[in-house]
Amino acid sequence: MAEIKIILDKCLGCRLCIKACPYNAIKVEDKKAYILENCILCGACLGSCKFKAIELLKDGDTEIKTDVSIYNGVWIYAEQKNGVVSSTAFELLGVGRKLADKLKVELSAVLIGSSVEAQVNILAAYGADNVYIVDHSSLVQFNDESYSEILVQLINNYRPEIVLISATTYGRSLAPRVSSRIDTGLTADCTSLDIDLEKRILMQTRPAFGGNLMATIICPDRRPQMSTVRPKVMKPLEPDQNRKAVAIKPEVDIPDSTSIKVLEIINDLSEKVNLAEADIIVSAGRGIGDPANIKMIQELAGLLGAAVGASRAVVDAGWISYNHQVGQTGKTVSPKVYIACGISGAVQHLAGMSSSDTIIAINRNPEAPIFKLANYGIVGDVLEVIPAMIKELKKRL
Amino acid sequence: MNIVVCIKQVPATTEVKMNKDTNTIIREGVESIINPFDMYAIEEALRIRDRLGGKVTVMSMGIMTVSDQLREAIALGADDTILVNGREFAGSDTLATAYALSMAIKKIGAVDLVICGKQATDGDTAQVGPSLAEKLGVPHTTYVRKIEDIHDGYIRCQRMTEDGYEVIEMPLPAIITVVKEINEPRLPSIKGMMRSKKAIIAIWNAENIGADKCRCGLKGSPTQVIKTFTPVHDIKSESIEGSVDEQAFRVIEILSAPPAAK
Repeated sequence: MAEIKIILDKCLGCRLCIKACPYNAIKVEDKKAYILENCILCGACLGSCKFKAIELLKDGDTEIKTDVSIYNGVWIYAEQKNGVVSSTAFELLGVGRKLADKLKVELSAVLIGSSVEAQVNILAAYGADNVYIVDHSSLVQFNDESYSEILVQLINNYRPEIVLISATTYGRSLAPRVSSRIDTGLTADCTSLDIDLEKRILMQTRPAFGGNLMATIICPDRRPQMSTVRPKVMKPLEPDQNRKAVAIKPEVDIPDSTSIKVLEIINDLSEKVNLAEADIIVSAGRGIGDPANIKMIQELAGLLGAAVGASRAVVDAGWISYNHQVGQTGKTVSPKVYIACGISGAVQHLAGMSSSDTIIAINRNPEAPIFKLANYGIVGDVLEVIPAMIKELKKRL
Repeated sequence: MNIVVCIKQVPATTEVKMNKDTNTIIREGVESIINPFDMYAIEEALRIRDRLGGKVTVMSMGIMTVSDQLREAIALGADDTILVNGREFAGSDTLATAYALSMAIKKIGAVDLVICGKQATDGDTAQVGPSLAEKLGVPHTTYVRKIEDIHDGYIRCQRMTEDGYEVIEMPLPAIITVVKEINEPRLPSIKGMMRSKKAIIAIWNAENIGADKCRCGLKGSPTQVIKTFTPVHDIKSESIEGSVDEQAFRVIEILSAPPAAK
């Protein structure tokens, strides 16, 4: 049976591994470390030991392996809504281009939908060498069943070595369905991707424990290597309209009917921008004092072209719907600018927004934890600062 | 309605404190809890059972101490609990976990609905639910915020999306993963707590569920963690001073400037 083993001769009982273990599964007694029963073999301790006293023993039995040599090329799944490719697809092309160039292979986009052919040029402009198009009237709306069925067929027929999918609502539903069918690995919500050129494998880095721990994950023996990628983190290339892509219409069996049926699609966000796609998020916390003040937050967001977020306290109080909640039990966001208004910054909230590029915090309490993460902090009353910001913005219209 | 709820034991994240000097998580004394999202899954299962009759089985894969969380599920009202346990499962990634859970659910047999939380708060992957659905060969819907209708062989539910929600119908058996909005979990009852003390938790190992050991645990996991590290929060922090109008002016200036690099 696989196990983590401490080489007692090398262990000095320094306790570094205890700090590294996310599961409290190591104890030190008489200056030697011991692995406890609750170890889940996550491997977090392996790199922490300066004395190489921890090793992961694997079983000798043959593991399931794919012939990796017949898999070639980098694929991105280009999510679309209403026939228009989402901006997250351009982000995937940005990072996919980098990976493909390192591996010296082609970068392809997979486009599934109805009347989506016009989107080929824009995918080319953002870096795709090939676009696989599956266009059918029955595919107008994302459907877990038909879309996963088609993507599995394409992967099995064309064998890409890497498949990237955006970690959106649809992407995080589609990707595990597909990887499970193919029996390959999938790494969720990656924030950094790179290639180990020596081994020609994908290094996938992602946050866990609400962003308090980063892990680099590989999928060495099975193909394709699949990742979902956190929206807004990867940078798209500058679009070049002169770039051309080869449009490929692969032969696939499109399911005649699906058991899953999408009956209705309701867009009930009061704002024009959603949290996942917003460049700026204005987020309200308990410090706004009164549900009526949500209007002020919405006005500021409207002027900035921003989405409205909220802390758990505000959602639980019923001041705004759950769809707006940012944090561990809400959404994880990575906008360019996150403006925290009257949010103290509980660990659970920080988990949902700490990967924002720039954080601006406005709070009355100078000791609020949010200021530790903020690039810009204003100690003051949100009910005074926000109206002043609105006034300033209106002056510039 | 025969319902299975899959839960995970996670460290109680509310207890997570950062060590300011070393910027690491202080983990000593952190207790284990039922993954918060799974509480909504248990509650929804209990509500369906209370309305339509049937049985709620709460299942987890993990070490023996997960029994504590399963007992808590009984205290809340679950009829039955199963712990998939054994060293052969250690080191499972989401694929190996989905495989093991699928074998255990097949052993239960005649399951109408499987409910999982949206994701676990330690790994944050949200992958086991859909992956498990695939292994069982049943349809799934993620991020369910409301069940509009459920009866023999049929479920209609609302899936939360970035822009709002969708109404989706599926035949049963199926899997749903649920978000916080779906309900407000109950507290354990005195009767439930009494029952949980005496309850016998079924312990199933790989042989019991007929699982191929090559597809379990570390060996059955295509992904490997090769490095973990604490993110460096190297933040240049600037306090914006002055009168309210001056502060507002400065913030708008910052917002108007080209986006700062990370």
